[in-house]
Amino acid sequence: MRSTAHAFRGNVTGALSDANLQDSLSKLKKGFSERRRQAAERLPEFEALRDAARDIKNHSLANLDFYLETFEAKVVALGGHVHWAPTAEDARRIIGELCREAGARTVAKSKSMVAEEIALNDHLEALGIAPIETDLGEYIIQLRGEPPSHIIAPAVHLTKDQVADTFLAHHGKLGYDKRLTERNDLVAEARAVLRQKFIDADVGITGANFLIAETGSSILVTNEGNADLSNTLPRTHIVLASIEKVIPTLEDLGVLLRVLARSATGQESSAYTTLNTGPRRADDLDGPEAYHVVILDNGRSQVLGTEMQEMLRCIRCGACMNHCPVYGAIGGHAYGWVYPGPIGAVLNPQLIGLEEAGDLPNASTFCGRCESVCPVRIPLPGLMRHWREREFERHLKPSAMRQGLALWRFVAERPRLYRALTGLANRVLALFGRAEGAYSALPLAGGWTAARDLPAPQPGGTFHAQWARGRRR
Amino acid sequence: MSARGQMLDAIRRSLKRGPLTGPARDAAEARLAAPVRGPVPKRADLDHAGQVALFCQWAETNNASVARVGAGEVPAEIAGWLKRNNLPARAAMAPSAELDRYDWASQKLLELRRGIAVPDDQVAITGAFAAIAETGTLVMASGPGHPVTLNLLPETHVVVLREQDIVGGYETVWERLRAAYGRGAMPRTVNTITGPSRTGDIEQTIELGAHGPRRMHIVVVRP
Ligand code: SF4
Repeated sequence: MRSTAHAFRGNVTGALSDANLQDSLSKLKKGFSERRRQAAERLPEFEALRDAARDIKNHSLANLDFYLETFEAKVVALGGHVHWAPTAEDARRIIGELCREAGARTVAKSKSMVAEEIALNDHLEALGIAPIETDLGEYIIQLRGEPPSHIIAPAVHLTKDQVADTFLAHHGKLGYDKRLTERNDLVAEARAVLRQKFIDADVGITGANFLIAETGSSILVTNEGNADLSNTLPRTHIVLASIEKVIPTLEDLGVLLRVLARSATGQESSAYTTLNTGPRRADDLDGPEAYHVVILDNGRSQVLGTEMQEMLRCIRCGACMNHCPVYGAIGGHAYGWVYPGPIGAVLNPQLIGLEEAGDLPNASTFCGRCESVCPVRIPLPGLMRHWREREFERHLKPSAMRQGLALWRFVAERPRLYRALTGLANRVLALFGRAEGAYSALPLAGGWTAARDLPAPQPGGTFHAQWARGRRR
Repeated sequence: MSARGQMLDAIRRSLKRGPLTGPARDAAEARLAAPVRGPVPKRADLDHAGQVALFCQWAETNNASVARVGAGEVPAEIAGWLKRNNLPARAAMAPSAELDRYDWASQKLLELRRGIAVPDDQVAITGAFAAIAETGTLVMASGPGHPVTLNLLPETHVVVLREQDIVGGYETVWERLRAAYGRGAMPRTVNTITGPSRTGDIEQTIELGAHGPRRMHIVVVRP
């Protein structure tokens, strides 16, 4: 996907004034995050499982080369193939060649963020191969020519009416010429249209939620069953997975599955979790004859061993964006590249560069909700802060902001001075009108107040001052 | 250097070491040989009757229907359920020895074809390798007795599950897979299935029957 992350500021303005998007986002807040809370409460062991999940990923990352080699040996012993792709371009080329060798005209694809990352569909189309997205949300946005706006709910930005219009426009030529108004009818129509595509597909391409070193299995988690049809009906199954997906054993999988679905959608378990191991066996009656796993690096190995390594624990559950006030206000497209929300603000600068995505780590209120819900306890705000520092060091900021930040840092590193100045600012700001409760414009802060109101300081002084008084009580 | 060598090298350079050796390698190998269990939810830490009841409760929460019968009643239960739900008395059935145990001939109107599912099949009947009480999840292992297409293509999936195959959590399933297929070995596909297929992709509202079955009926068989 072509990045528009550099245009983040403009994207935000557009998103805030998009009525359909705002309508969809208001549903997100009530949906996923409330259901996650209930699921976590139903399982007393949930917090202990999060610790265990974090530890499993840390252990896997520390021994990544060993587990990848172990995984590879298992796949090869079963007659499968493992392909190593250092860059996105390598992965595209390998998959393109495999599709050609299989004589593919159409490919059934199961939603894969890594496939989005390497812009696989564009490449296949250039080769004259038609990729068909089979996850319902991904299918809808493919018809609309849009990128996904959420890592587990790619069409979360759309309303039912928009979906109805899209289906009418694209399915009419297949004989479905009635505009549908009910959700279950829309789902049934997509099922019928896509069923034929599954049957026609020569190759199935899926991602992988996890790779298991112990058994050489690739794991797919879905609710629709589309990944399962993609990996069962076509003659060739290609798995595209990034290096950090490998974990040691089935027991480790059990821990990660227990936190994944609950964090993502609040389900006890997703409807389908599938473990695929090699091609079909000699006495199997169905399943693919050829099984390929393409393992992608694309900059990830560079993060290992650095203070940013923790981002590689991500299991792509989407909880951080479901709980992010910034994502909730602007949606996923404004982030401008594959991964939106807090994890996008951390990953994208690594994957496409700080020059391109340097604005994303600024899209945070540092409220900390993302970190508090992340199933593998990634310190997302800390990692964003780290990118901000790097960006500052690399002098990518306009010079006025650089000087402003240098001044702020100077003050912030001197607690007494900080308290004195904020206390003063508090009193000065009060002069501008506490009565209204908020400022819609402030001198020297036009950039801030253009899109938000600054709450006015309320009686009682600064937080520090109130804290100090409270402690003395 | 090969792409493989290049990638492994990049990982090792970042980890500031060469190929894994010494105690670190021993520890990783030990973990593969004797997997470490994480926290196992107490929820399913029950006697077997309790686990069976918990499985049934979760399966129904997951939008499946459940019937508990004796081995002699399985074919009649399935024929009756199909009829009550206005579904065709015609099904593709897994060619497993396990399902051969039941007296299908007793149901004269039930038309069965043994083998894979084809696109026109409306109903599939399969067994299950195991089932997980903790979440009401079925575990299907592919093989000559259980083609994967039966789990996915037809709109209705009827599962014949023996009570003794219901276990507490994933951990027991992994042990049973190792016992059946050998350490580190697996069938081509293990589908763990928790209720009928569903999607929340339109306005986050759950609709059943996205790509896989719309309906799931689980017949739990007393030993
Ligand atoms: S960073 Fe954490 S919360 Fe966000 S998608 Fe990854 S695992 Fe989920």
